[in-house]
Amino acid sequence: MSEFWQYGQYIVGGLAAGSVYALMALGMILIFKTTDIVNFAQADMTMFSTFVGYAVLTGLHWPFALALPAAILAGFVLGIVTERLALRPARNAPVISLLITTLGVALIINAIAGFIWGYDTKSFPYAIGGGPVILGEVRIKRQDVLTFGVALVLSLSLFAFLKFSRIGIAMRATAQNKLAAQLMGINVHRISAMCWGIGAAIGAVSGVLIAPVISLDLNVMVSVMLKGFAAAVLGGFTSLHGALVGGVVIGVIESLLIAIPVDWVSQFRETFVFALIILVLVVRPHGLLGEAMHRGT
Amino acid sequence: MRFSISGSRWLFAAVIVILLPFLLPGYWTYQLSLAGANILAALGLNLLTGYAGQISLGHAGFLAIGSYIAALMTASLGGGWFWAALPLAGIITGLTGLILFIPALRLGTIYLAIATLGFGAAVSQVLIRISVVTNTYEGIHVPIPAIGSIPLERNIAMYLITAGLVFLLVWVAQNVIYSKLGRAFIAIRDKELAAEAMGISLPRYKAYAFVLSALYTGIAGALHAHIVGITQAEVFNLGTSIQLFSMIVLGGLATLPGSIVGALFLSLLPELLKLLVTSQNYYNAIYGVMYGGLLVVVIIFMPYGIWGALVRASVRFPKLRKFFVGA
Repeated sequence: MSEFWQYGQYIVGGLAAGSVYALMALGMILIFKTTDIVNFAQADMTMFSTFVGYAVLTGLHWPFALALPAAILAGFVLGIVTERLALRPARNAPVISLLITTLGVALIINAIAGFIWGYDTKSFPYAIGGGPVILGEVRIKRQDVLTFGVALVLSLSLFAFLKFSRIGIAMRATAQNKLAAQLMGINVHRISAMCWGIGAAIGAVSGVLIAPVISLDLNVMVSVMLKGFAAAVLGGFTSLHGALVGGVVIGVIESLLIAIPVDWVSQFRETFVFALIILVLVVRPHGLLGEAMHRGT
Repeated sequence: MRFSISGSRWLFAAVIVILLPFLLPGYWTYQLSLAGANILAALGLNLLTGYAGQISLGHAGFLAIGSYIAALMTASLGGGWFWAALPLAGIITGLTGLILFIPALRLGTIYLAIATLGFGAAVSQVLIRISVVTNTYEGIHVPIPAIGSIPLERNIAMYLITAGLVFLLVWVAQNVIYSKLGRAFIAIRDKELAAEAMGISLPRYKAYAFVLSALYTGIAGALHAHIVGITQAEVFNLGTSIQLFSMIVLGGLATLPGSIVGALFLSLLPELLKLLVTSQNYYNAIYGVMYGGLLVVVIIFMPYGIWGALVRASVRFPKLRKFFVGA
């Protein structure tokens, strides 16, 4: 295989991972934009929903086409319940305290998942098998094609939903100015709950897509969430399009760092990714596509 | 120099703290020492996040640096060098705080959160790499602190050293926040632009905040290594950083007693829950639900942390108000 195609191979692999990070980032940004909360429970919510998908696939032996909706539903319910029981009662607390609330929620979800599904690593079945798709000399796994496709379709439909549907417009209004939105007759609490639900549901999709690659245990989603968080920040934390760009950039760079045949480079992969993000942020403090925010502080 | 709690109370607290290790079983002395190290780290983080308004999700990195510097020094030179290793670990770690100061100059809260998070991850990766190269993957065994060549009794000695440092550094922190430095931190937190307009140099005071915070945390790391007797890079991970962050929020941001309460609470809570939850089968599940549930419930009912809630509640009672508010 020529050098050129080899790098193509790594880039394609990075695109698939990157689209998962992008989905994770989308979920977190959606929650952040309307509620100002960085959801540190995203990893555990994703883990839990992915386990629901796993139970449907291997316990009930239902096909993947049913496991994915089951996981999405689990994520949606989890998001809404979290908002209703943990965050809405604490809505008068400073935002920085609410971060701790999401951590508490993460601990609870983690404990429950461990109780139900145990503590050992599960291998999650691939959604589609079959030989790789061959493009030039690049061999693309079918799972990667599916991942990329689902991420693309999902994010496009999310953008359309936010742009055209009534609830989507209400969400954007709430994100822009909570008080004004309330005065327009928007039920801000319901919108927050919807955003939590949808944000967690998007996370569930990313979990189901990446679980076959990295397999599934109680803490495996934390690193995915951190890269999603990094992707969101890289893109500018308020920009949904930025999340896609950030996710793909991080996925591809991470994948290309594996390609460098010096062993300490790949060992310090995460360090390089973070160092790069910090460099980008020092040059562009509001991320690649974020707009400058002047909120209070 | 100013005290908000009068001298006799300090003395009373000091006597109790000194007597504790002789009354409690060794295990609890050990746990209290660890909690003491956590108090110092929480104080450091609170100075940075609570007072100067700079968020950090990578403080475990400073703990790790402090603990490695002190551990490498006493492990190679002997336990007698502990007294030099402790301040040296603090100072060197303090200087590494400048690494974070550069991104902090330009970044808003969320962006700084990811930058510091990256710092924490980087430090632990580098240290793991160092332990592979130096063949100490199992961790560095740290000798017992000694006076000259006479080793001390680790458990009680470390407890007393830690307790002494907690008193000293709480006092220092209190003087810092009532000085020009502390007022500058608070001004920067409340509004950077206004602080600059008042003649506060942002780069200089942000640098001070990071160095001071890293210094406290580095000393905490050095103590941690000598309390446990072994130091491993994997111990200081993202979970540690987040736990430190939880301590200052649960105790109360921008209050020194809050750091102490929060650190004691979160350090000892797992141990107390262990006493409570005896059923081995469901231990993890019950423990996780209780721990997480407590975090959620505390924030719902005490949005400004435990100390914040106490201060607010005390306002109604004149005697208590005198204790908590001081006036």
